[in-house]
Amino acid sequence: MNDNVNRRGLDTFDWCFLGIIAAIISIGILSIYSVTNANSSTKFPIYLKQTTWMVVGTLAFLVAAGIDYHKFARFSYLLYGAGLILLIIVLISGKTSRGSQRWIPLGPLMVQPSEFIKIPLMLTLASYYGTTSREGWLRRLIIPALIVLPGFLLILKQPDLGSSLGFLAIFIVIVLTVGMKSKAFGFIALAALMLFPFVWGGVWGSLHGYQQDRILSFVDPSSDLGGKGYHGLQSRIAIGSGQLLGKGLYGGTQTQFQFLPEGHTDFVFAVFAEEWGFIGSLVLLSLYIIVLLMGLEIAFNAKDITGSLLAVGVVTMLGFGIIVNIAMTSGLAPIVGIPLPLMSYGGSAMVVNLTALGLLLNVKRRRLSLL
Amino acid sequence: MFDSSRQANELADIQSRLIFVKVGLLMILVLLGLRLWQLQIRDGVYYVELARDNRTRSIVLEPARGLLYDRNGALLAKNIPSFQLYLSLEDVPDREAILAKLPEYIDVDIPAISERLATKRRRGRVKIKNGLTLKEAALIESHRIELPGVVIQPEYQRNYPLGNYAAHVIGYVGEISESQLKDPEFLDVQAGRTIGQYGVEQTFDSHLLGETGRKVIEVDAFGYPKRSLSIQAPLAGNDLYLTIDIRLQRLAEDLLGEEAGAIVALDPWNGDILALASQPGFNPNDLSGGISPHAWQQLLQDSRHPLTNRAIQGQYPPGSTFKIVMAAAVLDSQTLGAKETMTCHGTFPFGRRVFRDWKRSGHGSVDLTKAISESCDVYFYKVGNQLGIDPIAKYSRQFGLGEKTGIALSSERSGLVPSRKWKRKHRGEPWYPGETISIAIGQGFLSVTPIQMAKVVSIVATNGQVVQPRLLKGIRLRRTGNLKEEPSPITQQLPLAPETFSKIKEGLAAVVTKGTAKRAQSNIVSIAGKTGTAQVVALKDDSDKSEVAKKHRDHAWFVAFAPVEQPKIAVAVIVEHMGHGGSAAAPLAKTLIEAYINGEGQQQDGSL
Repeated sequence: MNDNVNRRGLDTFDWCFLGIIAAIISIGILSIYSVTNANSSTKFPIYLKQTTWMVVGTLAFLVAAGIDYHKFARFSYLLYGAGLILLIIVLISGKTSRGSQRWIPLGPLMVQPSEFIKIPLMLTLASYYGTTSREGWLRRLIIPALIVLPGFLLILKQPDLGSSLGFLAIFIVIVLTVGMKSKAFGFIALAALMLFPFVWGGVWGSLHGYQQDRILSFVDPSSDLGGKGYHGLQSRIAIGSGQLLGKGLYGGTQTQFQFLPEGHTDFVFAVFAEEWGFIGSLVLLSLYIIVLLMGLEIAFNAKDITGSLLAVGVVTMLGFGIIVNIAMTSGLAPIVGIPLPLMSYGGSAMVVNLTALGLLLNVKRRRLSLL
Repeated sequence: MFDSSRQANELADIQSRLIFVKVGLLMILVLLGLRLWQLQIRDGVYYVELARDNRTRSIVLEPARGLLYDRNGALLAKNIPSFQLYLSLEDVPDREAILAKLPEYIDVDIPAISERLATKRRRGRVKIKNGLTLKEAALIESHRIELPGVVIQPEYQRNYPLGNYAAHVIGYVGEISESQLKDPEFLDVQAGRTIGQYGVEQTFDSHLLGETGRKVIEVDAFGYPKRSLSIQAPLAGNDLYLTIDIRLQRLAEDLLGEEAGAIVALDPWNGDILALASQPGFNPNDLSGGISPHAWQQLLQDSRHPLTNRAIQGQYPPGSTFKIVMAAAVLDSQTLGAKETMTCHGTFPFGRRVFRDWKRSGHGSVDLTKAISESCDVYFYKVGNQLGIDPIAKYSRQFGLGEKTGIALSSERSGLVPSRKWKRKHRGEPWYPGETISIAIGQGFLSVTPIQMAKVVSIVATNGQVVQPRLLKGIRLRRTGNLKEEPSPITQQLPLAPETFSKIKEGLAAVVTKGTAKRAQSNIVSIAGKTGTAQVVALKDDSDKSEVAKKHRDHAWFVAFAPVEQPKIAVAVIVEHMGHGGSAAAPLAKTLIEAYINGEGQQQDGSL
């Protein structure tokens, strides 16, 4: 049988794609180095751990890019089921950290199933719409919603508000892409979804602090109650004081004097923005935009529905993380604990994001063959 | 599968919509770019200023510590406002200069502060003086220009309105120490916080502690607050109701007076500790306000050991009070029937030794009741010899001797119940039968704590119900305001026949009506008890006791319960170096019991 692979090897597009991803990850590791190196005396500092995760993620990327995505799609329900079981295990016996159960200890590692299940989710939805007619509300919306619901609820229960919203975003964007009746409706719905953080920010900002605390503690006890004002303020000071050109590597006083909390995880963007200023931030933002646009380009040129929707899913997952994280660190959205894709420290997220990008390249490389 | 032409149509349909995703995405990312422009370019100078001056300060707000009450709601520990002096490290331009200047205004321990500052913290606040007087606070406040970074913060100071009373039970508080900070138990407690260091303040610290709040403020160039940026109020600790009856506690301590000793009073049915007195004591107010090293050394080195809680840490030979346990052993093992008699001539020859009765002339014909009421030593020498050490040890442990009662106070001691195995292991020697004879009257290796003896007598009072003595009656949760009563403790039944207890009680009642503790006889309530005299050093028989140095004189014991028919209170009294239990300890127990029985009547009247 004819293997549907573009045998010409990597083209300019591919190299460009890979180069930008590598650049973003490197910027992330540099920022983590800048945050943690000063006060670290451990033999295995965090920036080296992140480098290790990059290597592991690269292997996952190669696997995800190399094997025909239809094969993954065929097993997607199984993978999604396995993901749900892992989420249940987390709820029963997971490791508790800051009030929520998110991790399963695996030897010395802590695995975060709420990250990993995003891949089977995208594969499942893509393969569902790729093999089923879209006629009627039941098939177009209800059944997929029933597929997504248990995963969403299990993640919300941990509680991990950020991840569960990311989960929901993937679903909504895919459903809208598949099923918008009129273009106008779709445009409005999409704009509303994308403007969600800003709208939220506006409404949110008008609430009193204690009201915010109540809402947040209701949905996510691990969120930083009370200290929130402090974290948000320190993050804005870090970004703002970077001005046009930034304070230079290791020059960030907010970072180096530890005013900025969680600099290597959720607030890594603030670290970067303080050191590299508006110029640096725009360059980083542009790199992210290019990756996302390339992803949409792949979705546009995909040879089948499954591939196209898979690409849309990956773009949504990354886009959601990027947008919400930067909105959060710059004070446009409440601090809900979403890491910046490819930059924040975290093994599970790194492996999952690189796997997703591998799937993206997979879809692209199989688009040229005939149906 | 649906057919490929439809698939192709739908694909084209889907892909035609991607433009909206693209536009939406770009719009938002442009918005984010604008936000960054806003922060970094438009307001950049403002944020640079904020960053450069590091003008935000995060201040930990101490919660009010939970209050302590006695069982009837009398206040035992409260919080009073006081001024604390802090150094806000970011705002101090020159530490040396400030430290040199401070003594001009207030009395501070500069070397101690320097030592604390030596830990290389760059940010945050370090406490430099507790409890400023109003005058000192005013002086600092009026010189704040010369003292940048020196900040006065009003906080709570622990206060014990009763002074010395119940000091060993209540305990005291103090700043968390370096070693405690490293202890995983205090993982959640920040440096600088005040925690319980002794007594129930220590045991129930997690209840009393509360949750800290946090305030973020913007400060001026001198470190003084300009405006508040965010605030999270602290949550006060839970209030605790102790089982202690403070009226009884005060009486017990007053009864001991200047003498060293301990009094424990229990509700025998549920283990509620009504009084736990230990003298001499200390004033916890002195210790909680940050005691000077010199005063602390003095307390530690005081030869009368005021910091020792004798009620749970004092290990004394039980003397004749141990005959209660012996009587149970005799009856339960059927070594001798309750009505069987023997004749006491005042001596018990054993091997080459002669063990003497406290009464030279002997007690004549003796059965168990008489042996208890007159505290006949020869009777117990004989039955002890027949029983042997290991059965005696077994019964002792059944009554809870040789092990901690598990009272919620730290450093309780377990006392010692010797056995053959113990002696081989710890002394490397076999057990000599002659040693059993000393044990039989509560001397020798045997040692007990006053609270253990209170437990022994309460077990007898309830015909064998073993309870764990407890101090906590209820908790008022600050979050909900609800009073949560501690559940009644689970009691355990000793596997001894009811007749055994009734026989022992008969003997104990006779101790007060016609035996060694006639001075405990009360007009208002029937009391049963047992005297004891714990030997400190063996004296020659002919030495005149009044001439012996006080520190070599015997300890006086009395354990009792009342009323005999329906026990409501069990008491153990020990007065160090006061000789005979019947004269020195029994009257104390009687006064305490009468006060309790009277008080109970009053309360019932009051509630009607």
